[in-house]
Amino acid sequence: MSARSTILRPRMLSRAAVNTIVGIAVLYTLLPVLWLLLAASKDRDALFSSNILDLSNFSFGQNLSDLLAMDGGLYGRWYVNSLLYAVVGAALSALISVACGYAFDKYRFRHKEKVFGLVLAAVMVPQTVLALPLYLMASKVGAVDTFWAVFIPVLFNPFGVYLGRIFSEGYVPREVLEAARVDGAGELATYLKVSLRMLGPGLVTVFLFQLTAIWNNFFLPMVMLSDQHLYPLSLGLYQWNSSASVSPEYYPVVVMGSLLAVLPLIAAFVLLQRFWRSGLTAGAVK
Amino acid sequence: MTTTATPARTAAGADAAPARRARMSTRRREGGACAVLMTPFLVLLTIVFLIPVGTAVWLSFFSDDQPGLGFGPESTVFVGLRSYAAVLTDPTFLGGLGLVAVYCLIYIPLMVIAALALALLLDSGVVRLRASAQLALYLPHAVPGIIAAIIWLYLYTPGISPVVDLLAKGDITIDFLGVNTVLPSIVNIALWSNLGYNMVIFYAALQAVPREVIEASVVDGAGWLRTALQIKTPLVRSAVVMVALFTLIWALQLFTEPMLLSQSTPMINSRFTPSMYIYDAAFTRNNYSLAAAASVILLCCTIALSYGVTRFTTRSREEADR
Repeated sequence: MSARSTILRPRMLSRAAVNTIVGIAVLYTLLPVLWLLLAASKDRDALFSSNILDLSNFSFGQNLSDLLAMDGGLYGRWYVNSLLYAVVGAALSALISVACGYAFDKYRFRHKEKVFGLVLAAVMVPQTVLALPLYLMASKVGAVDTFWAVFIPVLFNPFGVYLGRIFSEGYVPREVLEAARVDGAGELATYLKVSLRMLGPGLVTVFLFQLTAIWNNFFLPMVMLSDQHLYPLSLGLYQWNSSASVSPEYYPVVVMGSLLAVLPLIAAFVLLQRFWRSGLTAGAVK
Repeated sequence: MTTTATPARTAAGADAAPARRARMSTRRREGGACAVLMTPFLVLLTIVFLIPVGTAVWLSFFSDDQPGLGFGPESTVFVGLRSYAAVLTDPTFLGGLGLVAVYCLIYIPLMVIAALALALLLDSGVVRLRASAQLALYLPHAVPGIIAAIIWLYLYTPGISPVVDLLAKGDITIDFLGVNTVLPSIVNIALWSNLGYNMVIFYAALQAVPREVIEASVVDGAGWLRTALQIKTPLVRSAVVMVALFTLIWALQLFTEPMLLSQSTPMINSRFTPSMYIYDAAFTRNNYSLAAAASVILLCCTIALSYGVTRFTTRSREEADR
């Protein structure tokens, strides 16, 4: 009895210690988000009183309507813009990248590995390096301050090509393609009808990666856009936050706007949970 | 396209000819399909990557010579390495480079160790509610960088922040945006945003470690900690390298967080990091060749350091195998 308890006690202790450490880490990641949620329900005076748990002056609805009315409803515009850039951009980008990764895996051509090396090198190149030349190119064709100046560059996702190649190796067996060829199916028809279906989970993973990246995108829109009506949420909130130091009525609006801007990605991750895990694994194990 | 038909088959007689033709046409069809699948991406690669990188290099060697008083046509002249010399002797650029170096030295080890430790703890099997804990830790990654910076800016701001308030009640006053604290404050924002994401990568890699290996070490009498550090950690080395590499590439581009914080603290100037220097040179001072030279230098640093990280880790792996 006593011998058993001495074996158990240290285990119980370390078990408690492990759970405490993980618990602290969870609090570290959750509390700021919780603060955002609570702060969004405060009016301006309560926001500055620091007493975040006092729910007596609950003005969530008021803040929401203020947000939507601010500067002639710009926020709604930014929201639609962000959704367009991110959802349409990520979907198109995933299709383009995975198709290319699939071709890298299934077909042979000259200098294939050299071209693939170039794709991998592109993953490393900082956004800030490309922004100025892209701005100059866009201004040459008159695309600065248009939707396309932001939309076209975000379609480029070299990491998606890398993932596409790995997924193609893993999900699409060569025998299936051989069988389709014997049946006389065209290559592209096979890709669209057979391979793409097998690549489905990989496609969703690449989509999620790019969705996050575009939703986060800040540098490029900042360089390209000056018309507020084309701003994505990130740039719009940045601008409102800079106005807040002069006119404090922007504070509650920035807080509420930040809260709403977080929701689509959380929804996407919760809905598509089982896909992103497989994508992270594919990237890490290779 | 190369044809790889073997001589033996071509000499096999008349029967082989239609088969060869069929094979040839298959090859042609494959080539066509391959081109169709790759073209959209290769066009993007050219427009969004190759031409811009080329343009940046080109711009860094040329400069617009403004004629006197700003009248008359501008002329572009070759200036050789003048822009590079200007950037490399500019104390604000070197200061930014040094700052990012310090940032990397604090942030990358902290991130890799914390994320790996959490993944090992979760993998030990004693954590309750493992799936929920993972989801909670991952949550900040769904928060865009600019919004993470806004949240933390408010949490750093006296008067709004419950954290500063709480510390004040305990007679501790910290200015989170002071001279010595602003960099750790930025590290904290980045750590908060990416900790869970990297933890999930490590956790996924740990899940791929064969269970027999773990069981064998437990049978050999290795404790939990020894199994984690000496058995599991070496087996997920490739994931560690990947996380370190991506963290490094992102850290060198440091822009969003200091840009937002600079709205509220005088400790961050407009050339605080190399990326901010590039933005300032290009779009505030309109000095494209200076911005391009700084971009190329940042690019070279990124390539050299990434190469160094992968090189260093492959060499240490070879030594470990020996």
